Amino acid sequence: MALLEVNDLKTWFHTRDGVVKAVDGVSFDVEAGETVGIVGESGSGKSVTCYSLLQLIPRPPGRIEGGSAKFGDLDLLSLREDEIRKVRGKRIGLIFQDPMTSLNPYLKISTQLIEPLLIHEGISKAEALDRAVAELAAVGIPDPKKRIHSYPHEFSGGMRQRVMIAMALITRPEILIADEPTTALDVTIQRQVLDLIKARQEELGTAVIFITHDLAVVSEVCDKVNVMYAGRFVERADVKTLFSNPRHAYTRALQRSIPALQAKGEKLYTIPGLPPNLAHEIPGCAFAPRCPVAGIDHAASRPSLKELESGHWVQDCPACLIQK
Amino acid sequence: MSYLELQNLTKHFTKRDGWLGSGTTTVKAVDDVSLKIEKGEILGLVGESGCGKSTLSRLVMQLLMPTSGSVVLEGERLADLPPHEIRKRRRDFQMIFQDPYASLNPRMTIFSTLAEAILTRRTLLQSDRDGLEEAVSELMERVGLDGRYIRKYPHEFSGGQRQRIAIARALGPEPKLILADEPVSALDVSIQSQILNLLRQLRDELELTMIFISHDLSVVRYIADRIAVMDQGKIVEVGEADAVFDSPQSEVTEILLSAIPQIR
Repeated sequence: MALLEVNDLKTWFHTRDGVVKAVDGVSFDVEAGETVGIVGESGSGKSVTCYSLLQLIPRPPGRIEGGSAKFGDLDLLSLREDEIRKVRGKRIGLIFQDPMTSLNPYLKISTQLIEPLLIHEGISKAEALDRAVAELAAVGIPDPKKRIHSYPHEFSGGMRQRVMIAMALITRPEILIADEPTTALDVTIQRQVLDLIKARQEELGTAVIFITHDLAVVSEVCDKVNVMYAGRFVERADVKTLFSNPRHAYTRALQRSIPALQAKGEKLYTIPGLPPNLAHEIPGCAFAPRCPVAGIDHAASRPSLKELESGHWVQDCPACLIQK
Repeated sequence: MSYLELQNLTKHFTKRDGWLGSGTTTVKAVDDVSLKIEKGEILGLVGESGCGKSTLSRLVMQLLMPTSGSVVLEGERLADLPPHEIRKRRRDFQMIFQDPYASLNPRMTIFSTLAEAILTRRTLLQSDRDGLEEAVSELMERVGLDGRYIRKYPHEFSGGQRQRIAIARALGPEPKLILADEPVSALDVSIQSQILNLLRQLRDELELTMIFISHDLSVVRYIADRIAVMDQGKIVEVGEADAVFDSPQSEVTEILLSAIPQIR
């Protein structure tokens, strides 16, 4: 049995403009120790998927309409507030995109780092401080004994993200959710942070759910990848297969649009159009209006995933599956 | 004569520290930088955070005064001009910032944001409401925005569209030089390509000269004609974009290149 089994998760937002189906039937497994990527454009629902698992969706307007998330013998989606608190920050850690807004600027790093230990493990402050210093050392903060008493603004962006990683891993979680952890960083710092996440993951055996819009980053860190579009997964495969043999038109378009892979001088390839408005009912294949494949009809009802070969799942839409 | 010339440009910041501020330390943010940029050229300026890219761009924009050295635009030393002349010249060089969420006024409609920019050059439109409206629509069309959205506010647009608005605003005063400071790093990869295409197209149509600042060499390689690499306030390498990319001459360039995530 997988460590985490998410089945048919649906998170809808009930707004004045209608029901926004941000996540509309998403299923995936996470095995112990592996890295699962969720990749998609802004607004595709990747963050909402992960926040739903920890019940971090603002309710109202959000509501989890259905599905389950089996984590051991718990169903994360139906836990009471006091029960999910024992999971959140203890058994499942979180790193956010922007380390400046997710650290409290008024509190010393020490206070913020030991908080999860004091809450979840009930150890003494002195013991917790020792562990925190060790954790800072493990994420490569120089002179951690002194630096732990600094405030967030005294660290650079990359160092702050290291502190965030230390904070998320200090309780030895089984799963780490990393939501665009390197998007706000320079390429060189991004490289360091990615290497650090990988190294800590190997040492601790933590599984990682990695959310990003950047396919290149996905190819570096993930074992399995889910490509998300308009609230659903359109393709899932192990990372090698996804890049060597992408089957869905959207996955191929995403890959083609990476600037680094395109020839200089020519116009960069871009995906035409915009992602659909999720407040409106999408009758058939959600990618149809933007699909570069012409002449073949898209699925008339929203296509479900089908398994092409072992572990390689694609939304079953005739037009999107055309190889071109 | 080059269009824009930076001559031994230097900017030092001094910071008081020590007992009651008795000592000072000097940070050489920009250290003896000389560069020439030709008309219609796109120069990519790359380097890690803190290397001095942004300070250099502020010096070019005359937002900071250099400690020594000068900025020469079309043969004129900007530092020699009286302040009101610099204000006038400033219409000729405009900036595009990294974060279109932070750089647009949330309380102004697209119309008022762009109208303000256009009026800095075409002051006569002040009393010609129809003409102004037409100019705004033209500008929106140029950057690929639908003219129907003219009365909307920034929050009603996506990140990519907002960056288009920011670009339109920069074009409003009909500048000759555009300084783009990380214009795509806050955007989704799929949107980045659209904005890069737009910037290149505008350069071709309007013969703009552009300084494109980024930490991402793969993006810069695509858009820039030449690349200058900065480290600790100095330019450590300048060359044709492909040459810098294919045979880097400095260690910093190699570090930047090896940091680019690769599709395996």
